[in-house]
Amino acid sequence: MLSKSQARAFFFGGTIITFVIFLGLSWDSLSNEVPKKTHVENLTPQVVHGKHIWEKNNCMGCHTILGEGAYYAPELTKVYERRGEGYIKAALMSPVPWAPRGRKMVKYALSEQDANDVVAFFKWIGETDLNGFPPKPDLK
Amino acid sequence: MATLFKGKKRTTTSLVLSMGLVFAALLYLPGMIWFDNQTMDSFFRWWVVHLWVEGVWELIMGGILAFLLIKITGVDREVIEKWLYVIVGLTFISGILGTGHHYYYIGVGKVWLIIGGIFSALEPLAFLGMALFALAMYRKGEKKHPNKMALNWTLGTAIVSFVGAGLLGMAHTLPQVNMYTHGTLVTAMHGHLAFWGAYGMIVLSIISYTMPNMTGRKLYETTTGALAFWLSNIGILGMTVAFGVAGVAQVYLERKVGMDFGDVQKEIQVHFFVLICCATMFTTGIICYIYEFIKYGRPTDEALELTT
Ligand code: HEC
Ligand SMILES: [Fe+2]
Repeated sequence: MLSKSQARAFFFGGTIITFVIFLGLSWDSLSNEVPKKTHVENLTPQVVHGKHIWEKNNCMGCHTILGEGAYYAPELTKVYERRGEGYIKAALMSPVPWAPRGRKMVKYALSEQDANDVVAFFKWIGETDLNGFPPKPDLK
Repeated sequence: MATLFKGKKRTTTSLVLSMGLVFAALLYLPGMIWFDNQTMDSFFRWWVVHLWVEGVWELIMGGILAFLLIKITGVDREVIEKWLYVIVGLTFISGILGTGHHYYYIGVGKVWLIIGGIFSALEPLAFLGMALFALAMYRKGEKKHPNKMALNWTLGTAIVSFVGAGLLGMAHTLPQVNMYTHGTLVTAMHGHLAFWGAYGMIVLSIISYTMPNMTGRKLYETTTGALAFWLSNIGILGMTVAFGVAGVAQVYLERKVGMDFGDVQKEIQVHFFVLICCATMFTTGIICYIYEFIKYGRPTDEALELTT
């Protein structure tokens, strides 16, 4: 039967080995893959400002992006492709809570310029290579 | 920490528990860094969230569970602590690389599809181990501690966290499945039961065990206490089912048929009604628990009275 010291060695050994592998893989991903897959060269000051607006207003309290966030409102990674610039700006600049399908969004009434920056952010994130996510509906 | 060093013995249980607490605090840091790149934000967010709930918090949970089992079942400490090492070993071996299941679709490489897929498929083993361990120790123990409520909560913790975190996590952790369920109510189904089992119930267990000891009151079996246990657990199971059904319907309509998010939400509205009913039941259970806690939380001399 397994002794207590063997069990301890299993715990510490296993932890250290997997942790080292984890750090190695993370390093590789962050330095070699992320810049390519996310097109960092397109991260303009405008996109970054759009992201600031995105975070300051807690959009992820209702929406998901990259599949993460809350499940109250539509997933937005591909919203630029799905709705186009005009529609997005209408939602963000609307003087009344945006709710064409019933559920209400917060009324932001953003300025034209801020809305443009958020659109730039959506355009940038929509071009990220997400290994095929979100899947294309195939039963239409 | 001071308590750890002052303690007469440094036991495995206290070591595991303290390691859990220290790492939990340290892991908070990577989440606070600001990145311009959403993918980087997301990458480090999971160093916090995943390595908490599927790593060090499980250490804390294992430590508390081991403590309660030692106290309640009276099984030898050496035996319980040996299995504690095995379980937390399994937790880390599967859980650290299992972080990959959050990296499938956020803009990092495909290597995580393989690593995350394999290791997160192993994650339920740790929870299965914990459940089997709790039940086996309960069977084996000769001493039957009179605190029935603490026992219920303790065994409940092990079982519900296996179902919620282990089985329901497994249900959508493979990349092929997660491609469709990522960012839908299916995640909410798993999340609610897992958190309740692993981190809600464990806290109520330790309170149920320590409160009678601290107040000197023999509060071991009451109707309100039993109500608290059953209402909260049945309520959250109902919520889990409602989220599950709504989630599967959402995945199908949105990701397979291609309907708009807003239209899908209207289709699945009826499940939100069920959800609210079950949530009310759950809350009633929790209110029962709090009621008992406030009512009986103050010290008393009951324990000093003679019992025959
Ligand atoms: C209170 C929750 C909530 C918050 C916070 C919120 N939204 Fe929304 N948003 C919604 C809802 C609900 C809809 C869907 C409205 C509809 O289609 O009826 C929506 C729709 C949208 C749409 C159109 C999506 C589509 O596919 O039709 C965009 C773009 C959008 N929101 C951007 C944002 C941004 C940017 C922020 C932060 C500045 C934000 N939202 C914050 C609830 C919210
Ligand atoms: Fe995870």
